[in-house]
Amino acid sequence: MKAFTHLDGLVVPLDRPNVDTDAIIPKQFLKSIRRSGFGPNLFDEWRYLDHGEPGMDNSKRPLNPDFVLNQPRFKGAQILLARENFGCGSSREHAPWALEDYGIRAIIAPSFADIFYNNCFKNGLLPIRLEAGIVDRLFGETASVEGYRLVVDLENQTVGLPSGGKIPFEVDAFRKKCLIEGLDDIGLTLIHKDEIRAYEAKRKLEAPWLFDGRNL
Amino acid sequence: MKAKNLYDKLWESHVVRKEEDGTTLLYIDRHLVHEVTSPQAFEGLRLAGRKPWRVDSVLAVADHNVPTLGREGGIQDPVSRLQVETLDANCSDFGIEEFRMDDARQGIVHVVGPEQGATLPGMTVVCGDSHTSTHGAFAALAFGIGTSEVEHVLATQCLLSKKSKSMLIRVEGELGMGVTAKDVALYIIGTIGTAGGTGHAIEFAGSAIRSLSMEGRMTLCNMAIEAGARAGMVAVDEKTIDYFRGRPFAPKGEFWDAACRDWNTLKSDEGAHFDATVEIDAKDIRPQVTWGTSPEMVVPVSGAVPDPSACADPVKRQGMEKALQYMGLTANQKIAEIPVDKVFIGSCTNSRIEDLRAAAKVAKGRHVAKSVKLAMVVPGSGLVKRQAEQEGLDKIFLEAGFEWREPGCSMCLAMNDDRLSPGERCASTSNRNFEGRQGPGGRTHLVSPALAAAAAVAGRFVDPEELS
Repeated sequence: MKAFTHLDGLVVPLDRPNVDTDAIIPKQFLKSIRRSGFGPNLFDEWRYLDHGEPGMDNSKRPLNPDFVLNQPRFKGAQILLARENFGCGSSREHAPWALEDYGIRAIIAPSFADIFYNNCFKNGLLPIRLEAGIVDRLFGETASVEGYRLVVDLENQTVGLPSGGKIPFEVDAFRKKCLIEGLDDIGLTLIHKDEIRAYEAKRKLEAPWLFDGRNL
Repeated sequence: MKAKNLYDKLWESHVVRKEEDGTTLLYIDRHLVHEVTSPQAFEGLRLAGRKPWRVDSVLAVADHNVPTLGREGGIQDPVSRLQVETLDANCSDFGIEEFRMDDARQGIVHVVGPEQGATLPGMTVVCGDSHTSTHGAFAALAFGIGTSEVEHVLATQCLLSKKSKSMLIRVEGELGMGVTAKDVALYIIGTIGTAGGTGHAIEFAGSAIRSLSMEGRMTLCNMAIEAGARAGMVAVDEKTIDYFRGRPFAPKGEFWDAACRDWNTLKSDEGAHFDATVEIDAKDIRPQVTWGTSPEMVVPVSGAVPDPSACADPVKRQGMEKALQYMGLTANQKIAEIPVDKVFIGSCTNSRIEDLRAAAKVAKGRHVAKSVKLAMVVPGSGLVKRQAEQEGLDKIFLEAGFEWREPGCSMCLAMNDDRLSPGERCASTSNRNFEGRQGPGGRTHLVSPALAAAAAVAGRFVDPEELS
């Protein structure tokens, strides 16, 4: 996994609540058996004027000029500013894959849906929860200041403002460590394989029906 | 001893180890797998040279991409076909049991798991699908995971997770005439909001919940995720235990007796603590219809579309305005005056035998309105389909002008050929009314099976009790 330590990035605002993972990456693109290549179809139904299907040449499709990602001033944005309950709905990890593939590395919102929040950390993407009032202020500043950038410092858990002010944020110690070091969860878990075996041995005695009940 | 709630008990019995910050290695008893969220996980295993930790814990079934018509001809869409074939190949390579498309037991993963007894009380159940919360109906700790976690569970039989907060939603009293589990679920989401349960595991309790059948409890827990909660659950009672008697994967003989003793402890202790409690009076719940593009945008069938200008919160107001525009509705429009183009009865929310019986009861002796282009019934599994046919429900539907299809996720998310065209309006028994969910530009209204059947007959939303 790509490590995340520090990010000085352009901010793109997506001003609507309850953005669901169906909107982030529509279902027709979930038929892919790969993990990459979802970026051009991020927010597909909002971003293009036509209907997208897998296999289309996205560079030839008509863009929706009103959609924020298509506005020249937000080109190359790495920080997505969003409203509450971002990433609700389906558990599809294709949503963080699409965001990451597009170039987004951090998302700031007042709240995230649980599964999406969790999926971000597995893909080098940092979701940052800030108070709704602060997020509202950031929306205002992003709208009024062309080229508005923020500096995310994961080690110190702060979002740095252009004015020099710093806003602190919370993140689990374990998730932070994995993200900073770009660690593979599975490798970490397998360090404890003897403990998993010991747990299984104990449970087989307590509740044998949990282990292939058909054969009991 | 400290009183524990059901979630505490389920969580604690699966802790393998716990880090200082609370991050826990949680043991997973049952891993359900489908074709959409698993290919990259299997690929990850291969790339790392890993094997599944316990293949007997995994059960796989293709459901999202499968056609509901002309199945004998195979899957026509080459991209969908490749995804299903990839699941078939992965399961045979790794020795995982799979119900393939031609197997009578094939169906929607969340219908198949309980039906087979592959989901049991007291288990931790995961699947790369947010509606895994369904299985909590059986006092299991069940939640959806992403593909990286699918790979993690395959490789280690565990998940890295942190305990959520607990929420008790108590619904007391008797449910009114025609009020179903779906209406209870939608009413709860309308009350607490789609983020109301975020960060929580919900236990549904109270006399109205106990009165629900196991099918009804599954419908309710299925939609816990629509209230923001990864997991929803209901305590064990006699209905829970009776449900598993004789199921293929359920224990037998002396193991059955031992299991029953264990299962009977799967309820919250008297006086157990919950981080949040919501009290609901069953008599306040009427048959529900969603009007917008989020499941919390819901009103009774007798009500009207709300007026955004009456909403004080500017972010919420803007969301409501966008939803009305997308849905092609106006403020204060009566729900009963909204015409429907298509009707979908199916999905992991409402495709079990009880749901089909409820819809058939309304459809019997009536006919789908001329203005309705398509009314389709998609059973949740091959076994549900067979049971319905033994009861003659297929004939009732066919005579009434409904289509009777093969099992799968179908038009709940329209990954196969079943979908809405732009602007079409659908009465749907599924779980999400998001923009484009049932097809680009499609407009979804979430309802119970009885209401969906009534909408098919009347060509508009109507309380089934009011049908002549």
